Amino acid sequence: MLELHHLSKTYANGTAALRQFNLSIQPGEAVAIVGGSGCGKSTLLRLISGLEQASSGSVVLNGETISAPHPEVGLVFQEPRLLPWLSVADNIGFGLDQLPKAERQTRVQEALARVGLAGQGNKWPRELSGGMAQRVALARALVSRPGVLLLDEPFSALDALTRSDLQDHLVELWQGSRPTLILVTHDIEEALVIADRVIVLRPKPGRLEAVIDISLSRPRIRDAEDFETVKRQLRAALEVSLQQTPQERVS
Amino acid sequence: MSAADNALSVVQEAPVQPAASVIKRRWWLGAALPLSLALGWELAVLFGLAEGRLLPTPSRILATLWSLSEGGELAVHIGATLSRVAAGFFIGALVALGIGAVAGYSRTIRAVIDPSIQGLRAIPSLAWVPLFILWLGIFEASKITLIAVGVFFPVYLGVSAAVLSVDRKIVEVGRIFRLSGRKLVTRILIPAILPNVVVALRTGLGLGWMFVVAAEIMGASQGLGYLLVDGQQLGKPEQILSAILVFALIGKLTDGLIVALSTPFLRWQDHYEAHH
Ligand SMILES: Nc1ncnc2c1ncn2[C@@H]1O[C@H](COP(=O)(O)OP(=O)(O)OP(=O)(O)O)[C@@H](O)[C@H]1O
Ligand SMILES: [Mg+2]
Repeated sequence: MLELHHLSKTYANGTAALRQFNLSIQPGEAVAIVGGSGCGKSTLLRLISGLEQASSGSVVLNGETISAPHPEVGLVFQEPRLLPWLSVADNIGFGLDQLPKAERQTRVQEALARVGLAGQGNKWPRELSGGMAQRVALARALVSRPGVLLLDEPFSALDALTRSDLQDHLVELWQGSRPTLILVTHDIEEALVIADRVIVLRPKPGRLEAVIDISLSRPRIRDAEDFETVKRQLRAALEVSLQQTPQERVS
Repeated sequence: MSAADNALSVVQEAPVQPAASVIKRRWWLGAALPLSLALGWELAVLFGLAEGRLLPTPSRILATLWSLSEGGELAVHIGATLSRVAAGFFIGALVALGIGAVAGYSRTIRAVIDPSIQGLRAIPSLAWVPLFILWLGIFEASKITLIAVGVFFPVYLGVSAAVLSVDRKIVEVGRIFRLSGRKLVTRILIPAILPNVVVALRTGLGLGWMFVVAAEIMGASQGLGYLLVDGQQLGKPEQILSAILVFALIGKLTDGLIVALSTPFLRWQDHYEAHH
């Protein structure tokens, strides 16, 4: 179980990125986080991953307070962040150097295939398109089989077809090994395909605005009628919850 | 085929010329000027149109080089100069790598030492020569120290700037995979700064060659710089030009050595593809 207690983050320059954020996530649950640009979504993932220290409050994973990167927590950054001096395969295997070489290779090949890049392991990162690079970054997080997988808009650089393909892959993967999934996204449809719950953030400072349960049955078919209905409902809920009161608009 | 067709096909073919042939043609373009000047001078002196005493002909320079190398004399001079540059370069570069890396890595250490180093850098390095001679004597130690000082500054600057500019985002990748301090250095920091370090070392080596000339002109009984001075005192311009030619050649070779040694580690860079 992942618990966020009164999590607040104020950066050194005084930006209040997150304030008093509370959330409990069950093991194996898939949660989507949506909200406008700059409302603290990346900050939230950085706090959970232990890359950033909270100004106050805490992140607790299975009873253990997280204050530094944790072996059970994987993160896919908003940018691919591949190491340009390593081949695609070596980038994917970067976090696996404690494993024997043969096993590392098998895992890397598996992960390459899973993100649709089989046979491309020998390329340099500079030879990849933006979407391919992002898929390599996803594979790099998957190979170490984390119990909690944090994804920061992982598919936003992809074309629509590859995107929905990878969303389906991600769901499949999640249904297989059941990691806790926290996905930041701008895309309502993406949230609906993947998540059990959608968390809506509101900016300045970032705080929790609404939690919306998605009770659609799986597998979720994008153009099914009930999917479209829930999508309309979610969009409406988002619009309501993100509407500023006149008072706020003045300030 | 009509004239219009021809014009069209020319326009279409022009951009797809293989790059290699363009480079080759450029190389010849670049070599044409010095080669024709050399040939022109050779012929002018040969036909008595000019006197080649102060500016000897290429053939006389080559003959001088030949006679110098025949007796093994040239090898001795090259050896003396090379070993000075090598010693000075290794000492200067090693110290600069260490101090530069630490200054780039730690804000506090940089705050302490960088102002002093920048202050020292403002002094023209040749100004140290009298002091070095006073302290270390006129033989090898003062020469090597001067070369090392010349090499130190560009390497220090390049390395500390390289460490400073390592992308925080890439370092975070190392942190998320929980690399220990030592592994963070070997697997992230060193590969990330390597391209800039190579550039810094090449600049440093260039300065090493500059300072070895200064050191040897000021007093040496061996070395290519000695050949320069000796050629001047004996009025043998062909010897001076021979030494200059050898300087150019070895300078280029040692620079090429650094490039060749580093290329296998820098293949991942975008622009390396263009060279190979
Ligand atoms: N290192 C930092 N130092 C100072 N302020 C920061 C830093 N990182 C983020 N911020 C600020 O914190 C706020 C939240 O940023 P964050 O990156 O978490 O937003 P986000 O929701 O991920 O936005 P986007 O959807 O554009 O990625 C922003 O106002 C941003 O300017
Ligand atoms: Mg973000």
